[in-house]
Parts: sequence; C-alpha cells; structure tokens
Amino acid sequence: MSILRIEDLRVHFPIKGGIFGRTVDHVKAVDGVSLEIEKGTTYGLVGESGSGKTTTGRAVVGLNHMTTGKVFFEDKQIMNFGKRKSGLHKDVQMIFQDPYSSLNGRKRVLDIIAEPLRNFERLSKAEERKRVQELLELVGLSPESILKYPHQFSGGQRQRIGIARAIALKPKLIIADEPVSALDVSVQAQVLNFLQDIQKELDLTLLFISHDLGVIRHMCERIGIMYKGRFVEEGTTDDIFHNPQHIYTKRLVAAIPDIDPKQRDASFDIRQEVEVEWNEAYNKYFDEHGLAYQLQPISDTHLVALPERG
Amino acid sequence: MAETLIDIKNLKTSFSINNEYHAAVDDVSLSVKKNEVLAIVGESGCGKSALAFSVMGLHTRAKVEGEILYKDENLVNVSPRRWNALRGKDLGMIFQDPLTALNPLMTIGDQIGEAIFLHNSSMSKAQRKKKVLGLLDKVGISRSEHVYGQYPHELSGGMRQRVIISIAIANEPEVLIADEPTTALDATIQSQILDLIRELKNDMNAGIVLITHDLGVVAEMADRVAVMYAGQIVEIVDVETLFEQPLHPYTRSLISSVPSTEKHSQKLHVIQGIVPALQFLPREGCRFKERIPWIEDSEHAEHPELQEVKPGHFVRCTCYKNFYFPEDKKKGAY
Repeated sequence: MSILRIEDLRVHFPIKGGIFGRTVDHVKAVDGVSLEIEKGTTYGLVGESGSGKTTTGRAVVGLNHMTTGKVFFEDKQIMNFGKRKSGLHKDVQMIFQDPYSSLNGRKRVLDIIAEPLRNFERLSKAEERKRVQELLELVGLSPESILKYPHQFSGGQRQRIGIARAIALKPKLIIADEPVSALDVSVQAQVLNFLQDIQKELDLTLLFISHDLGVIRHMCERIGIMYKGRFVEEGTTDDIFHNPQHIYTKRLVAAIPDIDPKQRDASFDIRQEVEVEWNEAYNKYFDEHGLAYQLQPISDTHLVALPERG
Repeated sequence: MAETLIDIKNLKTSFSINNEYHAAVDDVSLSVKKNEVLAIVGESGCGKSALAFSVMGLHTRAKVEGEILYKDENLVNVSPRRWNALRGKDLGMIFQDPLTALNPLMTIGDQIGEAIFLHNSSMSKAQRKKKVLGLLDKVGISRSEHVYGQYPHELSGGMRQRVIISIAIANEPEVLIADEPTTALDATIQSQILDLIRELKNDMNAGIVLITHDLGVVAEMADRVAVMYAGQIVEIVDVETLFEQPLHPYTRSLISSVPSTEKHSQKLHVIQGIVPALQFLPREGCRFKERIPWIEDSEHAEHPELQEVKPGHFVRCTCYKNFYFPEDKKKGAY
C-alpha cells in the first residue's frame, strides 16, 4: 500500500505587475507532478535549483498552497485546509535544509523539540522534559543539553536537533529537504546513517529531496528526476543510474564526479558525448516551451518523459 | 622536474581570540609547481581557506609568519603596494560564492576591464574591450557582446562563476587559487566549470591550488593532494595513490565517509567527534588522536612530523601503521 500518492500536483505562484498589482502571469514551480511512495521506503526527488523539488515537498506538508492536484495520505485525500484539521500534521513532518536558520536561536533545545508535542499532546512539564530527553538520546545527543541554545551546537548536532523535532510525534512520513547539503562529508555520513537507523526503528517513510545524486543513490529505492517543474524520468535506483533514458538524466548522471582518478579522462569523454547529444536532441526531448513531455512507462518500474508517438 | 612556482615554508597564520594568538595554519610547508593542480582537502575549520588567504595576502588582522616564496620573493613581508601589483597579475583567485564576489553596481565588462586596467593602464579603451570580449569567449560565455553590458544579477550562478574565472585569468596569472569554486553550483554546472578550469590550466601552463571539501572534485581535478586537519597537513601524495592507498587515518576516514556509487546502502563511516575550535586545538602530539580513541596512545608519535614514507608520499604521525576501523574489528594493517 502506498502511504503517499500525489496526482497531478501543480503549484503556481502569481507574478504581480502593472500599477494595480494585478496578476500578470504565473511561475509554474510545480507543473503536473504525480508520484507514489510505498510505506517504509525512501523516495528521492532530484533536480537542479529551481526545478520545483522543494516546492513539491512543501506543498505536501502544507507550507505551499496547492493550485490544483490531489494528494492522498494513507488513501485519505489532503485538501488545502487551514491548520491542524486532520491528523496529517502529526503524521507528516519535515526536516529542513539549513540547520543554522531552521532552529529559533532564542529558544532552548527543550522548547524547540517540545513545540510539536505542545501542539498535539497534553503533557505535564515533567513528562514533556522526559520525552525530550528520550528524543535527544535517540538522536545521539546528551540529555543534559536540553537547556542549551542552538548556537552552542555544531552543524551536525543542530541537524540532529531538527531531526529530533521531526520525529517527536512519531510521524509516518518525513520530508527531508536537502538535509545534508550544508554539512561536511563526515557529518553528512553521520546524519545519513542516522536517518537510515531511525527509519528502520520507527518504520518511517522518507521523501528525500536533494540535488546530490551520490547521496540519493545511497539512500533511495526509487527516484524521480525533476526539470522545470515536471518529471523527466522516474524509476528504481538501478533504472536511473544504469539505464537512464532521458537526455537530462543522462546529463545529470554524467556530471557526478567519479571518485576514481583513473576514470578521469573516460568520464570527461562521456560528458562531452552527452553534451553533444543534449544540444542536438534537445528538441526531441522537450516541447516548444522547453518543458518535458508526459511520462510514458517503458518497463514495470521505469517511466520516461517522451513525446507521444504518432 | 617542473619548475616550482610557490614554495611555502613553515607557514603559520594565527588569529587573535581574546588577545591570544591561535594558529589556524600551523607550520605548513608546501610547493606548487608549474602546470599542476594541487588540491587541499579537509573539513571546514581545518585551515584550508586561511592558508589560501595567506598566499593571496588577504588577511587583514591575522599574524602570518614563515615564508611564502614566489620567484625568490617572500610574500609574507611585502608591502601593500607590492601586493596590489602581484594580486590579480601574478596570482589570481577564484572565489567560492559567485553571488557575492561580483560588484552588483558594475557591468560585467567594466568589472573584467578593471582587472586589466589596474595592471596595464596604457592599454586603450578599445583594446581593453576587445580583450574582455576575448576573455568572455574563452570562459565559454556565448553572446559576449551582450553579456559585456549586463549586470551580475542578470546572470545565472554558473555564468557568474565564469565571469569570476575570467577576472582571475585576465592577466594570465602564473598561480591560480580556487577556493571551493563549485560548491555553490548545481552538479551539471559544476562539471562544466571544472572542465573549464582544466582547459585553462593546459592553456596557460599555470599552477592551480584547488581548495575543496569534495573528494569527487579532487578525484576529477587534482594531480597532487594535501590533506589538512586542524591546521596541519597530515598527508601529501599524488591523487591516484590517495584513493588507492591512503595512509593517514584522517584521509582514510574521509574517503570511507563518502557515499560511494558502488557500495549502495552500506553503512557509511562516521568520524567521531568534531574538528575542535581554534582555541581548543591540541597543540601537542597527534591532533587526530581524539577522533580515533580506539587506537592506543602508544601508536601515536610523541612529536608527529610529516615524514616521507615512500617517494613523494608524506604522512604525519605514526598512528597510520596499525590503524583500523572499529567496524572492521580486526587489525588490518596496510
């Protein structure tokens, strides 16, 4: 059973102009995205900056207004509603990109992590404190640090505070928006390992948003590649990395730096080839507005945005 | 053997914290040769950028000691006036953040032109424009006439980085220092910029110092690699040996913490602890000791020195000899 199903999601932002500030046009940040995530798996959403991956994630949590489209969480449809209407906000949580700006610098760790608890559960002061300490221990921080402020922690530790806050209500789905992009490799490894552990422990589903294909490959079972608000390709990790079909995906995969210096010239040649193909075949893969076509299945798991034949 | 361009000897760059100087770059010796890319790798806070800024003379309040020899001239002691003549002419720098390194109030053409004018004021305006357009072509900006009159905010991140590179190479510098040149860029743009830097290297015969925390970038670009930890160099070696037979525990830890494309969903290695803050750096003994506590104290040298263990392969401290990862359990000596 899929835990999250998105059907034809569109998020358009108005562009205001003229003397009266009327809406003159729209930025189509997300333009018809459909995806499905199985329970307990990790789904990777990849794309360049501006491709709409973050907006998709934020729309699911309700931080961006959906223009049209349907989102089903455990087969219940999520509407564009106000705050706290369903249990949704309890079941879906978000981890933000920047651990330096996503924690309120004037709040203590206790208050930061307890905030979701205070919204949904009525706990006494002592119970709350105990829960926060348990959460801190779970994310590998010392329980004594509840009275500290965010600036007293390193980047990796802060990101774990963000994770502790996200898992405080035992959510079923976590949307992780570039959770490791601001971190050093060693700290990144720590956070990634930790996310995997916690996923097993709590049977979590992860929507993992990132531009780093190396990280995505490490974490995800299924991957969707976005370009200008649309999907260009979707498939299992194997499909995407070993059998990329869309020219944009090929270009992305070719751009991953190879960790083996001996492959340097070979990967340079591949990049050149793909670049030539990208320039030549651009019109074949994108319509007259430079947007991707609808996804067409090419195998049971693998979908590619190709023009309809005929 | 290729000509040595920059020879750094016992460089020490210290910053004042609460009226006490603490060395962020502590006794670093390095050389950069003609037509080579020397990569400097390490986590944030290891002193990579402090080192680069020392070589460019960009520190304003730090105390810089030691020698940075460029053509027999010690850059540590030269006057600000002399620096102005060197910087941008002999030494070029590519900055990390293309969003902030350009002046938003000047057109692209003027900014690149300025770099040329400052070192060659005799050139006529028309000649200068011609040269700027040539530079824009060289860094792969099409429609250079059009971009010449544009402002930075009209360009994308990748384009801006190309402009910054064109400023850095405007006077054909002999040494180019690139401080995280692609960190702020998307993967496809990153590979384009790296390919560009490599092309320019072959063209200009310059020596390039590439500062990065991304081992993928190192593998793609570097000829030689210096790994920095806590202000010191812990390993210097050519790039192939670095990835095939890294010796120092820090290097090995870094490499095994990268999500590799082969070992899908295996556990990544995590380096325990964090890089200590500048004022708390252990100044005695092996600085990496705290982060590999399962290695016995006797494995560390009392006064760890950078030693040449094989020709061209330098490693600091003796703890690499019997180093193993705790997840491997058994001692697998290299």
